[in-house]
Amino acid sequence: MIAGVRFPLRVVGLAVAAGLAVLAAGLWALGYDPVTAFGAMARGAFGSWHGFASTTLVRAVPLIILGFGFALAFRGGALNIGMEGQFLAGAIAATWVGLLLAGWPGVVAVPAVWLAGLLAGALWVVIPVILKVRFGVLEVITTLLLNFVAESLVSYMVTGPLQEAKRVYPQSDLIGAAARLPLLPGTRLHLGFLLAVLLCVAGYVVFTRTLWGFRLKAVGQGPRAAWLSGRIASGTLLGGALLLSGAIAGLGGAVEIGGVTYALFQNLSPGYGFTAIAVALLGRGHPLGIILTGILFGALQAGAGAMQREAGIPAVAVAVVQAVVIVVVLLADAAARRRQAATVYPDPAPGEA
Amino acid sequence: MDEAMVAGFLAATVRVGTPLLLAALGETLAERGGVINLGIEGSMLAGALGGALGATAGGLWLGTGAAVAAGLLLAAVFVVVAIGCRADQIITGTAVTLGAVGLTGLVYRRAYGPAGAGLSLPTFEPLAVPGASGLPLVGEALFAQPVLTYLAWAAVPVTWWLLFRTRWGLALRAVGEAPEAARAAGVRVRRVQAGATLLGGALAGLAGGALVLAQVGTFAENMTAGRGFIAIAIVVLGRWHPVWVLAAALLFGGATALQFLFQAMGLPVPYQWIHMIPYAMALIALAGGMGRARAPAALGR
Repeated sequence: MIAGVRFPLRVVGLAVAAGLAVLAAGLWALGYDPVTAFGAMARGAFGSWHGFASTTLVRAVPLIILGFGFALAFRGGALNIGMEGQFLAGAIAATWVGLLLAGWPGVVAVPAVWLAGLLAGALWVVIPVILKVRFGVLEVITTLLLNFVAESLVSYMVTGPLQEAKRVYPQSDLIGAAARLPLLPGTRLHLGFLLAVLLCVAGYVVFTRTLWGFRLKAVGQGPRAAWLSGRIASGTLLGGALLLSGAIAGLGGAVEIGGVTYALFQNLSPGYGFTAIAVALLGRGHPLGIILTGILFGALQAGAGAMQREAGIPAVAVAVVQAVVIVVVLLADAAARRRQAATVYPDPAPGEA
Repeated sequence: MDEAMVAGFLAATVRVGTPLLLAALGETLAERGGVINLGIEGSMLAGALGGALGATAGGLWLGTGAAVAAGLLLAAVFVVVAIGCRADQIITGTAVTLGAVGLTGLVYRRAYGPAGAGLSLPTFEPLAVPGASGLPLVGEALFAQPVLTYLAWAAVPVTWWLLFRTRWGLALRAVGEAPEAARAAGVRVRRVQAGATLLGGALAGLAGGALVLAQVGTFAENMTAGRGFIAIAIVVLGRWHPVWVLAAALLFGGATALQFLFQAMGLPVPYQWIHMIPYAMALIALAGGMGRARAPAALGR
């Protein structure tokens, strides 16, 4: 336990085991063979170094980045369920800038693409922030609704302004080579993985070693007490955390464009924004835990792809695992709260306190 | 714009508004008891698939029953975790919806083969009220609708009666405003909340069934596309009152039906922009609605 961020491995193990067990039961009930399915999953996720680096770790990058974004807002008590939309907004802006700066050197183009993603992600969460701070509207519903707007916007962009020059398929042209992220030789693992890890390390320092991190935690744990203390502007702080969370999600979209797809198309995200919630909750909001759980869910998604190819089981089935993981973590939390409530604190001895 | 066009738009408004109305009425019940259930999106999706499977196996009414059962089942998961174990309602609801996406995808492909094959299901025929259905403009919209639409309308006064004219409704509203006081007065708080949430889930399932069996006539993965979340915005705009919820649901039905009207008028607006209208409207509704009406005091806790 370090400065209030715990990372209990037992809950993680239990949650993942429960998730896989439920999936196995479901597959079995539907007449699929769970053993074949899980075998394909394991091979797809961990079968070879190339597969691990090029699929599992590549899938983990957006999950780690978005998971950290969720954890950041969650620490202040805000639920950013709209990361899917912010991710797409970031991807749109990154594609646009990446196409625009095709002839520029990489040292300019790559940061510009990232910046575009950050700004677009933040922009996508501005309305929920205003509604929350000014009118007290639940950010959960507003960010959720904007996910669907972002999906429609992507669909419009890839059939309209950003459609490829040939105008055949609903997708953009590939962004310039300069705007693409360097790859680890021999794999498809890109620089974004390093960025995701550094982001989490930086987040860890901010959470545990800065005044802002302390205030954020104070607001998250007791908004009223934080407000009454008179030293924390809760609304501003929470609004800022949500904006930052949105910006990080947008960065995730930019990194996906710059490192993996090089182009914008519909269904760019297989629900990264929602998987990231499971990643953050399972990582207990601990930035270093999020790296681990991000890789774990990356493996799950990579495995799901292999399961679909080899065993003909739709990859969307892993959403069941994610749902069960979230529920188990919630139940573990609820049980811990009950234990805590049941603890009787001894009265201070006379003369003490 | 001629009369037939307007009549068609009004009829589409009511048709599209029906699932929204059913889901929003269900969520009204839950929220009056202080429970915010984001899992109704999942209940609706499960209801849609249940409706499709039931209708394939044994006709429209079996489909309707299966839709209700599927919605109820997912609401039961939510009730156990969020009410029984007092886990965070919002995250639980998100997880239930996420699980529903995975489960329906899995079952759908198992039942109907790989995606892509268009599924064609029977649908409820419009039931015309003799005489009245011939009225100009509103005849088709009000008096020539599938039976599930009439059922949804009937649910409005029933919900109202449940909330404001029964002991259970009084207890539910007390729980939503001041759970501690209600408990002190002898109300079984969690039991009342569970009942309202389950009823809400059943209505959301029925909403999914109506979407498939009275509107679209097919199932597609993730076909509810956030209608459950829009229903939550409708509840806010409808001030947690069944009659206003009816009005709000029709407003959103109209916003969605605009695309048919725009198409009929031949306006050169990209369809993606029209798709955004209901979601954008929901945002505006939330901003405006929150200021004036007051949510149940214990909502979400």
